[in-house]
Amino acid sequence: MTSATPTLLSPVAPAEAPRSALSELSQETLALTKRLFLQLARRPSTLVAGVLQPLIWLVLFGALFSNAPEGLLPDGMSYGRFLGAGVIVFTAFSAALNAGLPLMFDREFGFLNRLLVAPLRARSSIVLASVLYITSLSLVQSLAIMGTAAVLGYGWPGGAGLLLVLVTLLLLVFAVTALSLGLAFALPGHIELIAVIFVANLPLLFASTALAPLSFMPAWLGWLAALNPLTFAIEPIRAAYAGQFSLAAVVLEAPYGSLSSASCLAVLAVLAAGLFLLIRPLLDRKLS
Amino acid sequence: MPEAVIELKQVSKRYGRGDRAVTALQELNLSVPKGSLYGLLGPNGAGKTTCLRILATLLAPDSGSVRVAGLDALADPRGVRERLGYVAQEVALDKILSGRELLQLQGSLYHLPNGERDRRIAELSGLLGMEAWIDRRSGTYSGGMRRRLDLAAGLLHRPAVLVLDEPTVGLDIESRAAIWQVLHQLRDSGTTVLLSSHYLEEVDALADRLAILDGGRVIAEGSPTELKTALGGDRVTLRVREFSDEPEALRVQALLQGCAGVRQVVVNRSQGYSLNLVVEHDGVIEQLRRQLAEAQLPVFALAQSRPSLDDVYLQATGRTLMDAELAVAGSRDPKAERKQAMR
Repeated sequence: MTSATPTLLSPVAPAEAPRSALSELSQETLALTKRLFLQLARRPSTLVAGVLQPLIWLVLFGALFSNAPEGLLPDGMSYGRFLGAGVIVFTAFSAALNAGLPLMFDREFGFLNRLLVAPLRARSSIVLASVLYITSLSLVQSLAIMGTAAVLGYGWPGGAGLLLVLVTLLLLVFAVTALSLGLAFALPGHIELIAVIFVANLPLLFASTALAPLSFMPAWLGWLAALNPLTFAIEPIRAAYAGQFSLAAVVLEAPYGSLSSASCLAVLAVLAAGLFLLIRPLLDRKLS
Repeated sequence: MPEAVIELKQVSKRYGRGDRAVTALQELNLSVPKGSLYGLLGPNGAGKTTCLRILATLLAPDSGSVRVAGLDALADPRGVRERLGYVAQEVALDKILSGRELLQLQGSLYHLPNGERDRRIAELSGLLGMEAWIDRRSGTYSGGMRRRLDLAAGLLHRPAVLVLDEPTVGLDIESRAAIWQVLHQLRDSGTTVLLSSHYLEEVDALADRLAILDGGRVIAEGSPTELKTALGGDRVTLRVREFSDEPEALRVQALLQGCAGVRQVVVNRSQGYSLNLVVEHDGVIEQLRRQLAEAQLPVFALAQSRPSLDDVYLQATGRTLMDAELAVAGSRDPKAERKQAMR
């Protein structure tokens, strides 16, 4: 037990005057987000698959119904144009549904413990990093699909429309990310999480107005679709693509009443906030 | 004795509930002096990992108090995390990141400014011989490389206390020696090092002081020399045949227990029913040979040695460390243990 001569192994007490909480919080959150992006850059398959799958939907489904009788869709819209909004939302939705996977792997492989041993200013930075990552990823994927749809002649929302599209997607992504992160902590392992993602994905797509309008559906399915969060995202985006930017204009004639873009966005915002509040106790418990 | 930098008082921890509950720690008391290299020795399942996970603030005890570097770990876990480096038994690396990227992430999680962080990474990578491979993805690392990287990660923020869970298990001799050397240097530079091990020789050679854990309690504590000297007498391992059986071993045990100057005769099941005993002085051995000959018992092998840490364990628990390991080997549930470690 010799007394300390300063070497590169000597301990150093933590700084007496630590930096501000905000600067530490942003340092740890950015570092955690950077890790997720490094993973993505070196394993780009999720990025590619996330764009490829909706693209296939867009091309194949668009072609499948390209000869649908005129007047079948509201305002004489072509099916490709109709489908565009659905596929954009589906892209963002699928990407956000996977938000919990990296976290689940960190839980399973013990990497999360490495993070929890560190003196994080707030452990919510782990969650925040996932939200930042998945939000940017899903927006990039959605923009890629929007660009492709534009090239295919399915239109492009101008200025205000684009803003409406992005805000809508953002709200949906927040809500679905909250759900997925909650599942990543509630379920025992990645097999179960993937199973839930797999089971939830397509039925939610079919039971929405992504592929067909409410007027096509039997009453029971119409009810489901009119309650499905995807529908609340699809309809304002579809309106934006049709050049309808007024938040007050009715975009959805649901069996229970008419909904404007503003009400759709409000529903999504309440859903996102509600889900984050709902999973908070779970996150607090698992990260405490 | 210098002030204690780690202090556990009456710490208890159970896993699970009801009938399936497992007690990991039972009112454990531990006091690690500042600047020492301290060993926690015990068989698998003795509670070493639980104890270290509590110190690393990954687990909260059911009861008791935990102080690390002058702070209450239960009231100020973040303060403890700033002052403690933790090297877990199962090295969790992100295999797609390089060693440097992992250390950079770690540095940011400990809020080091970027310049200091990069300087520190360069220093540690030199010290631990990581320069040649630190920029390779960690998925390609060998066990020894992973352990060295993990050690660097634990040291990045210059902690006052370094806690290592079985740091050399499964390592090649070279990596093991490299880690030992760094641990000695750390101790000499003023860092308090606490490590767990179930390798007797390792703790004997490495530690200034140690605590032997069994069944979630400390059953012996002191410096290796103190503990061994306190036992007194010489250790004798006797085999009447190369492979004996239980009835014969018990017969010999009964015979030896009657000899003057002989104590603590234990049948060692994991060593072919050999017998471990303590003799007061050399003359006892001759007496012992005569008595065995009179009872028509052969002597296949008889080895005499100074007490080891295993004898300390044997004295306290009535079984050897190896026997204790074998006893729990079949009853542990790795899946359940992984679940316990998972958030």
